Amino acid sequence: MLDSKIPKGPLFDKWEEYKSKAKTVSPANKKKLDIIVVGAGLAGASASASLAELGYNVKTFFFQDSSRRAHSVAAQGGINAAKNYQNDSDTVYRHFADTLKGGDFRAREANVYRLAEISSKVIDQAVAQGVPFAREYGGVLSNRSFGGVQVKRTFYARGQTGQQMLLGAYSAFMRQVALGSAKEYKRHEMLDLVVIDGKARGIIARDLVTGNIERHGAHAVILATGGYGKIYYLSTLAIGSNASAQWKVHKRGAYMAGVSWVQFHPTCLPQSGDYQSKLTLMSEALRNDGRIWVPEKKGEERSPNDIPEEERDYYLERKYPSFGNLAPRDIASRSAKEQIDAGLGVGGNKNAVFLDFKDAVKEHGENIIRERYGNLFRMYEKITGVDPYKQPMMISPAAHFTMGGLWVDYELMTTIPGLFAIGEANFSDHGANRLGANSLLQASVDAYFVVPVTIGNYLADEIKSGKVSIDHPAFQEAETKVKEGLDRLISIKGRNSAECYHRRLGEILWNNVGLVRSKESLERAIVLLEEVREDFWHNLLVSGRADEINSELEKAGRVADYLELGSLMAYDALDREESCGAHFRAEYQTEEGEASRNDEKYSYVSVWGGEGDGKAPELFKEELTFDVLKPIVRSYK
Amino acid sequence: MNINLSVWRQKDAGSKGAFERHSLEDLNKDMSFLEMLDVLNEKLIREGGLPVEFDSDCREGICGQCGIVINGRANGHLEGTTACQMYMRHFKNGECITVEPFKVAAFPVIRDLKIDRSALDRIIQAGGYISVHTGSVPDANAIMISKDDVESAFDSASCIGCGTCVATCKNSSAALFTGAKISHLAKLPQGKVEAQERVVNMVEQMDKDGFGSCTNTEACEAECPQNISVVNIARMNWEYNKALLLR
Repeated sequence: MLDSKIPKGPLFDKWEEYKSKAKTVSPANKKKLDIIVVGAGLAGASASASLAELGYNVKTFFFQDSSRRAHSVAAQGGINAAKNYQNDSDTVYRHFADTLKGGDFRAREANVYRLAEISSKVIDQAVAQGVPFAREYGGVLSNRSFGGVQVKRTFYARGQTGQQMLLGAYSAFMRQVALGSAKEYKRHEMLDLVVIDGKARGIIARDLVTGNIERHGAHAVILATGGYGKIYYLSTLAIGSNASAQWKVHKRGAYMAGVSWVQFHPTCLPQSGDYQSKLTLMSEALRNDGRIWVPEKKGEERSPNDIPEEERDYYLERKYPSFGNLAPRDIASRSAKEQIDAGLGVGGNKNAVFLDFKDAVKEHGENIIRERYGNLFRMYEKITGVDPYKQPMMISPAAHFTMGGLWVDYELMTTIPGLFAIGEANFSDHGANRLGANSLLQASVDAYFVVPVTIGNYLADEIKSGKVSIDHPAFQEAETKVKEGLDRLISIKGRNSAECYHRRLGEILWNNVGLVRSKESLERAIVLLEEVREDFWHNLLVSGRADEINSELEKAGRVADYLELGSLMAYDALDREESCGAHFRAEYQTEEGEASRNDEKYSYVSVWGGEGDGKAPELFKEELTFDVLKPIVRSYK
Repeated sequence: MNINLSVWRQKDAGSKGAFERHSLEDLNKDMSFLEMLDVLNEKLIREGGLPVEFDSDCREGICGQCGIVINGRANGHLEGTTACQMYMRHFKNGECITVEPFKVAAFPVIRDLKIDRSALDRIIQAGGYISVHTGSVPDANAIMISKDDVESAFDSASCIGCGTCVATCKNSSAALFTGAKISHLAKLPQGKVEAQERVVNMVEQMDKDGFGSCTNTEACEAECPQNISVVNIARMNWEYNKALLLR
């Protein structure tokens, strides 16, 4: 039933093979084809620019007031590419292998290989756009090694790589807007997908300034809407980040995969109070020079600098001698949680661990450390009022990246023909855990180099279909449904704000579908979420009207979708009776407390569909086969 | 801590606005300024009122969406800070704090503290890019750039497009914003090819959108959340004059 459309032939030749055989659209015909892009972050902006350059008519929708503000802007650490500029034996194969192993063999081999294969071109593209990556004195590009990898393949622009990559894509997109080949719809939110004869044919969007509901037709729709880590309420994501576009298309028939695979970032600033709606991420590049520790005894009251070396537990260095502080994110996060749960947490709320630069400053001097992490240290001091050159930072894990998302085939097309998903919005390349600095890469690879090819293969057959009419009954039906949905949210007139429900949802997910899950916790989450949903639809309070600017209404709609997605996450995690990558089931661990994977039974991607209007989600399986790199057990000891 | 707020309320660009007073009690000093506004909104909603519309997204000082005027200064009294990076510990217990949108003709008010900064996008559209087509580019290391040049270009490129420079300037000039982009690209070999055309078009667009002229008061640099230097404005003027001479 699920056709992943992986091209035949050897792994190393699949993409070339695909490109050579893919159908193409002539320049004259491209002008007649409309493409809608939803989202304008790194993936959305670069896809919009690349497709408009090819000659398609592109319409791009995003809720921010400018494409430059999308949350790609906050990615700090860097972007991987198998350039082997450092002569340290890096190859496309090694990058592919690191990514597949990092994802604990729960990703599609062919997609991962393509990601590594195209990585070099992304760096070339970004440099040509003027992205100021770090350089050596001789003028060539500099690299560093990043989370769990032993070669230096990460390119970086201080601690603002995402900002600079996004600005590169944004400027290319703005150039196309000026040329008239792309049109931007800022402060617009997609509220439904229009499907005609089984194909994606347009969207219903709400103008967030006027409240107007608009119909937009197209020959293909691309979702580049990012991840949904914000479902945990406290996360490293932006306030507006949401899963609504993904969830709306899911309800129209696009399957979702691996939805409970969420990466918790180990180096975030701990929560200071209930009013907080966002946790700040400190790049894990800090782990290259910082050492993580907790005091050996519980209830330690001394200031960190007064605790002598022999009374500190550098637990990552102790447990994982070869990787130490650079152990992969899931291991670093779970280990931190273990220390905190064991009562060894530090800080006012005892919810953090130390990240100490004392030894690094001693070894390299304060200037070198400032050059490497100056902006991160400044940011830390601004938020906490503590100077990290003098006192260790305090960090704790937080929801960060969603490996799961819309199921897509090799062409990045969802189960609805004509609907594509790129970047974090799809599930495809990271398996059960994403390698550091592969996120900017995936967004770029999908958008600059994959979807411009694969969408042509689809659109070649759409030339004859003519302009999509927005007077079609399917547009009417979708528009009515959207309007009724908004009215329903407003008319409840209960007593609790949307924020209030989001907070409850986040707490349930953090406690039951978080870093560690179990059958018991997941079943509890399903029951609790049903109760919260019930309460939501009876007691929600949304102020204002639907036909005007109304940020409360926007929030309420997003929370309503999150409440449903949260249950699917629990079902997804419940089905998978093994531990893999970021998915750690308490029942499935080795004697040493490490993740215990079950390749015999769970070497598949869990794909969910058929949901909506009271129907329970149905599980489909995409079996994973590994022709080149056979699954091995991950060991970071 | 307790505070008194005077918040600007305005229905839309065409309506007259006014200050509205609110008091908040028992706030935590480690709360951010925008979290305090969240608390205010939660209270307003419960009381049956309309929340104060304001923009924010990343809340870590990098997306540039949250600019507001706090106590008469763009993003508050701290140097090199966005509104989301202001914390209640930066204010006094019992203080009366005024909150307003950026008041700039080129940034019309959408509602309350929300403004429309599309004019900044239009300046970028006029030339704030290098005209490369996806895929048609040389190997990244084929373009050698000295470490100093790339670091200096980065300083200019780190602009977050928040518009604080415009809101601070008595002439509502966008010279720092525009100068930063022109300098970023002019400092790099990739950007030199189109440098002349770029500077002329971007400066023209700045004028077209009704931004004022720069009279070198340097208030923009003092208030810029990213500490972007006015040297970028000098660079823009130099590039502009060079372009006119060579034209």
